[in-house]
Amino acid sequence: MLSLAKTITTDVLVVGGGGAGLRSAIAACETNPKLKVTLLSKVYPMRSHTVAAEGGAAAVTQAHDSLQAHFDDTVSGSDWLADQSVVDYFVKHAFDELVQLEHWGCPWSRQPSGDVQVRRFGGMKTERTWFAADKTGFHILHTLFQTSLKYSGIQRLDEYFLLDLLVHEQRCYGVLAIDIASGDLVQIQAASVILATGGAGRLYQFNTNGGIVTGDGMALAYRHGVALRDMEFVQYHPTGLPGSGILITEACRGEGGILLNKDGYRYLQDYGLGPETPPGQPQNKTMELGPRDKLSQAFWHEQQQGRTIQHPQGEVVHLDLRHLGQRYLLERLPFICELAKAYVNVDPVKSPIPIRPAVHYTMGGILTDANCATSIRGLYAVGECASVGLHGANRLGSNSLTELLVFGKVAGREAARLASEPSQPAADSLLSTLTTQALAPLQQLHNSQGSERWQPLRQQLAASMEQGCGIYRSEAGLKETLTCLAQLKQRYQQLRLGDSGKAFNTDLLHALELGFGLDVAEAMCQAALERKESRGAHQRQEPGLTNRNDQDFLRHSLAFYQTRPGARIEWQAVDTSLSPPAERLYGGQRPRGQSSAGQQPTDNPPKESR
Amino acid sequence: MPTTEIRLQRYRPEQDNAPHWQDFRVEYDDSTSVLDALEQIKAEQDSSVSYRWSCRMAICGSCGVMVDGVPKLGCKTFLRDYPKGLTLAPLSHFPIEKDLIVDMSRFLAHLSAIKPYLIAEAAPKGKPYRQTPAQLARYKQFSNCINCGLCYSACPQFGLKPDFLGPAAIALAHRYNLDSRDQGKSERMAQLNSDNGVWGCTFVGYCSTVCPKGVDPAAAVNQGKIASTLDGVIQWFKPGKETSK
Repeated sequence: MLSLAKTITTDVLVVGGGGAGLRSAIAACETNPKLKVTLLSKVYPMRSHTVAAEGGAAAVTQAHDSLQAHFDDTVSGSDWLADQSVVDYFVKHAFDELVQLEHWGCPWSRQPSGDVQVRRFGGMKTERTWFAADKTGFHILHTLFQTSLKYSGIQRLDEYFLLDLLVHEQRCYGVLAIDIASGDLVQIQAASVILATGGAGRLYQFNTNGGIVTGDGMALAYRHGVALRDMEFVQYHPTGLPGSGILITEACRGEGGILLNKDGYRYLQDYGLGPETPPGQPQNKTMELGPRDKLSQAFWHEQQQGRTIQHPQGEVVHLDLRHLGQRYLLERLPFICELAKAYVNVDPVKSPIPIRPAVHYTMGGILTDANCATSIRGLYAVGECASVGLHGANRLGSNSLTELLVFGKVAGREAARLASEPSQPAADSLLSTLTTQALAPLQQLHNSQGSERWQPLRQQLAASMEQGCGIYRSEAGLKETLTCLAQLKQRYQQLRLGDSGKAFNTDLLHALELGFGLDVAEAMCQAALERKESRGAHQRQEPGLTNRNDQDFLRHSLAFYQTRPGARIEWQAVDTSLSPPAERLYGGQRPRGQSSAGQQPTDNPPKESR
Repeated sequence: MPTTEIRLQRYRPEQDNAPHWQDFRVEYDDSTSVLDALEQIKAEQDSSVSYRWSCRMAICGSCGVMVDGVPKLGCKTFLRDYPKGLTLAPLSHFPIEKDLIVDMSRFLAHLSAIKPYLIAEAAPKGKPYRQTPAQLARYKQFSNCINCGLCYSACPQFGLKPDFLGPAAIALAHRYNLDSRDQGKSERMAQLNSDNGVWGCTFVGYCSTVCPKGVDPAAAVNQGKIASTLDGVIQWFKPGKETSK
């Protein structure tokens, strides 16, 4: 019989040690230094997947840029499915948050003058992406982690795995977790809980994500009745390495890289992104600097028409950086050079890099209001696991790192405010009941005499999601994947563990992660099935559904958990109070006065390297 | 697909009295990393085998492991380079928790001890500091440490004396000391000057050799010794002031 090894009491519990979690923990401490803030993470914080973000973080920085322009780019990038007052708040607070990080020591790349350097990014009208070479997420994460060590109010629970939330009558009282090193079960009581558990990219076969990105927090909030919003919008990053899916940053294209099909032709001009720009002279929102959804879709069409290149690990196109020259590549894209050499044996100075789209980001997530609060009192969500309403149907590259900071601060502040109010602690008997309920599935897993193993189930989940819920979707494909998911859930009930030990039982943790993933996948597919239109990253193939349909679908999907197969979908109005829906236009389709590259920053990039 | 032999050090605390070896045969091709091989073993042969991993792209720092006795990142080490097979063991000089997983708490304590954050009186209001590319370049390489711990496995001093701050922590202290925005050097020198600081290093230099990210902790330690000496000399000539502790 499973039993609790210990109970911890805290004021604010942050689950997840990535950028959003660390930023909110710091904000909670700063809001009320008397509070006990606990940061729980299934890995050491600096292992969190924020570490792998490469390109940069967006904020209006240059004199000729404007908040309105960042707002317009984000709203149009979202295919009008972003909540506009949220976007408005975001663009207004972005710069201050990047400055805050600078004051905490982040090694942002610089201009000769000593000012912060900005680079171009896909879908952004003006250069506004701050970067630290091509390891921006790594530097942001380490800066936040190291800064967090300054706050004595933050207590860390490293390598603790979130098992369940303790929720009763729409109020969250804390969580149940596994101390991974010992295998002990630990109850953590908290006045407020912030979920900052990241996305769910590992549900797909080809993804840029770390092994830990398994949708844990999403699934738990969902099971407790919180809606998952806009889950059908899954971002394929257009440039992942074949086989592994390892991320090759969009900054490659921001710096002037070009995409070529098997004929050496820059095919993006055939997909509404042209006219062709000269190699090494990128223009904002044009060709390779179009948004991610459109670039990944263009790859799909090229593949259908047999114009991709055969690589030992699948079909690819080429990302050519050679014209940028060695010196420039080593200054701006050193990590890309290292990754290409190690994982596909290509030196980008000499040869093009083989790339293909790979799942990168979940636009949707746990429904929150603009203050990061969920429908459960005391439960907040922030970062990739959440849907605060910023990204809509397609996220622009370099908006999510800034999101972690802007909304991490909001979540921490709000959670701290709630925890500072007097409140009635839960009765011991209630906590005991909730704990017993939460332990039941774990008990079942331990006792199971079934014959299924999690590994093949996980492989089938990933293959089926790629097949039925990929870049292009159809009713038949989605239904097939939903049927597969229902079968996998049945088989999951027959799961048997291959490790009966307590310490570092990663077999158990992977099995639990698979359980979370199956629920999240169902929400994704059901929302995709019921969104009978094409918008942003969600593209339907059936005749009549290939265009955006504002009449019926200018609405957020809300997926609610149900015990029978599938999810229950409701629809929610989108806040379009500031900018009425219009057509998304890129490249030469854009109206005059909007099309040029904007002013050249004085030293971006250095001429001698060309 | 060709196959090769992996000799894996096992230790399950609840059933083993001491670490022991177990052999596995795995399939590999040109792209198979040590991490891929471990995944293959866990999926197909023994799902109780435990190791840390996440990003698969040599940036999260989780998967450090001894490959034929040399500290390496599992995700960036390839079976093609070991056609005769290889041995895998947990990182040296750390207590073993289970199989390839070691206890990193001492390492984290050392990192925290050197105050690895910017210490400054007042930042410019509402705008960034100015920092030229040359000022950035002074400390940049030391900010690239991914905290994987390989340098601690390479460091004989840390092996003998676990209280030694060690290469990564000293490099991180150096990173902040060299940052034009920082004024906290005197607070860090107390640690760096101590018996467990830079003077603990016997300058073997193996730490820099094994670093998977091209950081040169040995240089940080050496430059730290110069700084420490200067710090001592300066204190000597400041009458009435105590040496920095």
